[in-house]
Amino acid sequence: MKKLLVSPAPHLHGKESTRSLMRDVIIALSPSLLVSVYFFGFSAIKLAFVGVIACVLVEYAIQKYIIKSKVLISDYSAALTGLLLALNLPPNSPWWIVFIGSVVAIGVAKMSFGGLGQNVFNPALVGRVFLLVSFPVIMTDWTIPTSWFREGIDASTGATALSIVKEGLSKGLTMDQIFAEHNFSYAQMLFSKIGGSVGEVSALALLLGLGYLLIRRVIRPHIPLSIIGTIVVFSGIFWLIDPSHNPDPLFTILTGGILIGSIFMATDYVTSPMSTKGMVIYGAGIGIITVLIRNFGAYPEGISFAILIMNATVPLLNNYFKPGKFGKEVKHG
Amino acid sequence: MSKTFSIGGIHPNDSKISANAAIEDFPVMDMAYISVSQHLGAPAEPVVAKGDKVKTGQLVAKASGFISANIHSSVSGTVSSIELLPDIFGNMVKHIVVKVEGDEWLETIDRSPDIIRETKLSSKEIIDKIAECGVVGLGGAAFPTHIKLSPPPGKKAEYLLVNGAECEPYLTSDYRIMVETPEQILIGVELMMRALGVDKAYFGIEENKPEAIKVMKKLTSASYGSIKIVPLKKRYPQGGEKQLIDAILKRQVPSMGLPIDVGVVVQNVGTALAVYEAVQKNKPLFEGIVTVTGKCMTEQRNFKLRVGANMNNVMFAIGGFPKDAVKLISGGPMMGKAVSRMEAASVKSTSAFLLLTEDETKRGEEGNCIRCAKCVDSCPMGLEPYLLNRLSRAGRLDDLEANMVHDCIECGSCMYSCPANIPLLDTIRLAKAQVIKIIRSRPKK
Repeated sequence: MKKLLVSPAPHLHGKESTRSLMRDVIIALSPSLLVSVYFFGFSAIKLAFVGVIACVLVEYAIQKYIIKSKVLISDYSAALTGLLLALNLPPNSPWWIVFIGSVVAIGVAKMSFGGLGQNVFNPALVGRVFLLVSFPVIMTDWTIPTSWFREGIDASTGATALSIVKEGLSKGLTMDQIFAEHNFSYAQMLFSKIGGSVGEVSALALLLGLGYLLIRRVIRPHIPLSIIGTIVVFSGIFWLIDPSHNPDPLFTILTGGILIGSIFMATDYVTSPMSTKGMVIYGAGIGIITVLIRNFGAYPEGISFAILIMNATVPLLNNYFKPGKFGKEVKHG
Repeated sequence: MSKTFSIGGIHPNDSKISANAAIEDFPVMDMAYISVSQHLGAPAEPVVAKGDKVKTGQLVAKASGFISANIHSSVSGTVSSIELLPDIFGNMVKHIVVKVEGDEWLETIDRSPDIIRETKLSSKEIIDKIAECGVVGLGGAAFPTHIKLSPPPGKKAEYLLVNGAECEPYLTSDYRIMVETPEQILIGVELMMRALGVDKAYFGIEENKPEAIKVMKKLTSASYGSIKIVPLKKRYPQGGEKQLIDAILKRQVPSMGLPIDVGVVVQNVGTALAVYEAVQKNKPLFEGIVTVTGKCMTEQRNFKLRVGANMNNVMFAIGGFPKDAVKLISGGPMMGKAVSRMEAASVKSTSAFLLLTEDETKRGEEGNCIRCAKCVDSCPMGLEPYLLNRLSRAGRLDDLEANMVHDCIECGSCMYSCPANIPLLDTIRLAKAQVIKIIRSRPKK
């Protein structure tokens, strides 16, 4: 007599798993990682390696020895956090700073909230902002390390384009003067020789990652588009009012981590809204806060803070912006 | 652009591996186990007793109550007992057990292959004939067809929609009849249009069945002009009544409403064929097309199967229970029921027996919800399955109702999509049943 397996429908399951989704995001980050290895050589590899290992180890230790739950490091989520954290640090960061950031990211921002899926704030960003506030000198030292494979990048790149502009503007220079003085060009920003954190050297590599995430349907385009769209419109208004003292929208989105933030940080499943309407509002909020911080705040960038602030609104957005229900209104056509 | 429904949906591999297997007659079994509860509504009342001789097609149980359907013998022989047996859904149900002797059909049934196109019957006569022959909806729910064709007073049907979507993976029984008996189906559709008093029917077929679309389009352009063939984009659950109406007419049935609330009646292609046979050939519904399929089987089959064949009969006919299979499903893999007993027998609405291996059907280990919103994106009713799951586990019935758990059509898209393997539909189904019970228990305004 054959023993029959009985369970309720559905009897099939899609191919996606938490693990495959996390793996896809890691794959989407790999062009950026490769570009940064090309530019920064060993230090990029070192940061990524320490970040991944540290996050996985911290999660393992907490699950195994502190809360004594199942060890879930094989879902790649800790590895992804480590990689994201590393890619958001200056390329010359010492290894121990990545380690401290990892402990904060996994230990404080993720596990203390209950682990995967329970955290309110993006762990990698919490780690990064913790480091930014605690070690401001290291975290804004954009000196370019000498690469294995190639000569160091032009000596002028000791600061990010954004901080150069911010500083120049505060000295009373106009945008044109700053651009001329530092030889900025948009092509440069796309492929990048300009200082910045490890992962944002090339806008093109980040956009490649976005393309992969969209094709694989890992994320939907609503969050990145609404962030970038809002920033273009909002910074465009400032630019139109006074083009000589405000960066133009294209410069704005190509610098200061807007792309890596809107593609990889703001789209983190756990800390972003569930409905389309919620996603668009969340993205617009990030865009507005980013431009406000850049134009009126002390920090040259701002998207990290903007994302963390909007993370806090996600439960509210989920509560008030529900997906459109079927059959609410009867259409006759 | 082909039409499709507006919210949610998924794209599982359609696995129509039995599509090219022509319909073959299933050998008549030794014993038939005929359930008196093969339809939605009250069980039928047996009108035969132990020892009675019955012929194939003879009435053996009579509809009782407003929503019920007649049951006819699928074989000829002697009634050996009337007893409680497990049915295909796992419930203990009264069955009329017939020991088969030969295969002697009622003389009134027209068994010739001739297609009868004309009818002089009125709307009421057609509906009576359908009721008499025990025709039920063959799309899955087995709702008595004669009731669906008689809208309640004050409601009027504008259109008849024919469901040839067959959006469930694996199933090919609807496809086979659309290819093998297209004209009979169209005549059945016209009979139902006449019964409803509508002059336009839309016939939805998914694009993964180009042959069926071609055959039907050819016939409708030649002589069945009031029926319009509508190709639909392949997408699950397109065959859900509400989704099909949305796809074809862009009308959305209101919450807790019925298709007739937007002026539509939906019938499945299998039902159309059964209506044709009942009205034009005088043949009660006692057999149907059943796909027997599975990737673990070397041969895929589409049988014309009598009601009351048990699983042992079916497995014997395909050369034994496949070695690697662990699950036997009555229906499709998304909404079908796992059969628990080999003694369970086929019913009128049986559309397929699907055999799945452990690898194909194993549930993954449940993980934490990562709030990826895949369930929200896939829900064709615009619900938030992750939230309903949480509320259901907390037993918060009022919040469940506020979040429209009663709108769930149990298509399983959320659970199919969930990367954390959360059994969303298990908990939602439980909550839905409780909430609907509460809603129904309230005094009507």
